[in-house]
Amino acid sequence: MRSGWLDDVPQRGLVLLLLLLFALILLPAFANDYLITVLILILYFAYVGQAWNLMMGLAGQLSLGHALYVGLGAYAAAALYVHFGVSPWIGLWASLAIAAAAGGAIGFLAFRFGVAGVYFAILTIAFAEFARLAFDHWSWVGGSAGFFLPVANYARNDLLNLRGSPTMFYYLLLAMTAGAFVLCHALLRSRAGYYWLAIRESPDAAQALGIDLFRYRMYVVVLSAAMTSLGGVVFAFYYNNLFPEQVFHISRSIELILAPIIGGIGTLFGPIVGAFLLTTLAEGLDEIMRAIGLDVPGVKQIFYGLCLLIVVMFLPHGVWPPLAKALRLDGEPSKDHSGC
Amino acid sequence: MPATIYLNVAVSGLLTGLVYGLMALGLSVIFGVVRVVNFAHGEMMTIAMYIAVALFAAYRLDPLLMLVPIAAVLFALGYVMQAGLINPFINRPEHSQFMLLVAVAMIIVNALLLIFGPDARSVQTAYAYDSFQLGPLIVDATKVYAAVAAAVVAGGLFAFFRYSLTGKAIRACADNYQGALVVGLDVRRLYALTFGLGAACVGAAGSMLVLLLDVTPALGPSYTLLAFVIVITGGLGSMPGALLGGMLIGVTEALAGLLFTPSAKSMFAFGMLVLVLLFRPQGILGKSAS
Repeated sequence: MRSGWLDDVPQRGLVLLLLLLFALILLPAFANDYLITVLILILYFAYVGQAWNLMMGLAGQLSLGHALYVGLGAYAAAALYVHFGVSPWIGLWASLAIAAAAGGAIGFLAFRFGVAGVYFAILTIAFAEFARLAFDHWSWVGGSAGFFLPVANYARNDLLNLRGSPTMFYYLLLAMTAGAFVLCHALLRSRAGYYWLAIRESPDAAQALGIDLFRYRMYVVVLSAAMTSLGGVVFAFYYNNLFPEQVFHISRSIELILAPIIGGIGTLFGPIVGAFLLTTLAEGLDEIMRAIGLDVPGVKQIFYGLCLLIVVMFLPHGVWPPLAKALRLDGEPSKDHSGC
Repeated sequence: MPATIYLNVAVSGLLTGLVYGLMALGLSVIFGVVRVVNFAHGEMMTIAMYIAVALFAAYRLDPLLMLVPIAAVLFALGYVMQAGLINPFINRPEHSQFMLLVAVAMIIVNALLLIFGPDARSVQTAYAYDSFQLGPLIVDATKVYAAVAAAVVAGGLFAFFRYSLTGKAIRACADNYQGALVVGLDVRRLYALTFGLGAACVGAAGSMLVLLLDVTPALGPSYTLLAFVIVITGGLGSMPGALLGGMLIGVTEALAGLLFTPSAKSMFAFGMLVLVLLFRPQGILGKSAS
């Protein structure tokens, strides 16, 4: 088993984690609006990254179409809210159900017919692209002209209808990210978690041991799809507009999986660290480009691409494993404190 | 609508599809040998298209005549990419290779955006509006030239793999990696050569496609996807499969554009991909999936 799981982490790891959570809870008191929006992005990518990581990092199923579940979740809750006035807290159950059904359908078809590896990855892209084109032509949810939620009144936070200030969304996403972390940690120590690891490492060996490959792969796809769809619900109510070209686009699927890959696939902290690094990198590059007068379209993305290239070349397991080593959180118990 | 319209559209789709097929052939050759999925395939093709556009704008050089030099430039690019970037990733997991090529794709798209700007560019040749008439059938001359060129390039590649010693050596690497090492083949160099050949295919296809459609930097990702669809439909790793898949997708898209709305045409391509993956995951002409 790879290092970096929480089970290998000593007590002080938990202390550091609680300190981090505490700092994140207090942060909005000191942060300006811009910082809050950046933090929202970080938490969003950490959350959906964690959901994707469950499927890829734990069970080894490479999905390149997770934008499908974000989009289905977003559209389901938003359409119920706009057309029928259904609160997103009720609508999210529809999102969960639809995304889980879509994940289940893809999983059922793929795993039944032995579609695996690259083929599975491309099947997931195909479904996401299919959904993008279908939503483009579905006028009930706005088609390609977009679907809009009534813009929120920022003076008052209406948690029941998810209408409110960015700070409200920040806390919501913080709770979701923390929840996803706890859930994934619990799953890792469960029977299913060990089965998934076995399947990831060697499907043949896992099957020989009597693990029902089909059933456990189905569990993980459905679970990951459902988790991802909740990210979509928040996305819809935070941005208030949905365009199929943006929500379901392949670049969204790629964006969504960068954080866990850069952070460290199969680690609980990977998606969080990756989301933090990538979002601050993107925002920081914006600032730097503006400062040195290179504010030309394309330059920032070239640097971003180069940074990805360098990380993937020199840190094949992502940033977290070496970082965990540096923080001595990788299973070598130690009493002294280094900063968080 | 009279039946001749369907026939015309189908033939037109078939010819475009042959060019698509050549592009996908590059992807298929690379995957079949190096076992890396080139997620920057469409982006590499846009490089070729922009070279063709720039040559035409500056010196009025016809893209079809520039096909060989452009393919040569792309060959060099592919060779260097494989030798410098991808060879160390051969034994890494798929997601790691995917990340590498996504980063490369991102750099290509934005470098092109930086150099050429976001506007669509096109090439207007003297024969752009010529057509051939064959009974009820009217075909664009440009499409015929492009399809013939695509068939010639593909034929050359088939011959290379079948008859040349280097081509046989590359096939040996694909069939049995360890066996190739044991008999002393320089696998890394052959991989670089293969990636170069795959890139040359997209280079040639790009210089033909520039006659059929406008190029923008953002075109790359959608053609990467199209290449996947074609290659998987035809059979990943099968060379005739890529051409067949290309023609099939070309006809499907053309007819879907006619019968429904043109903006929905790719939906049918993806729908077909889903069907193929479900009922014949190895593709129409592919050997059993590994």
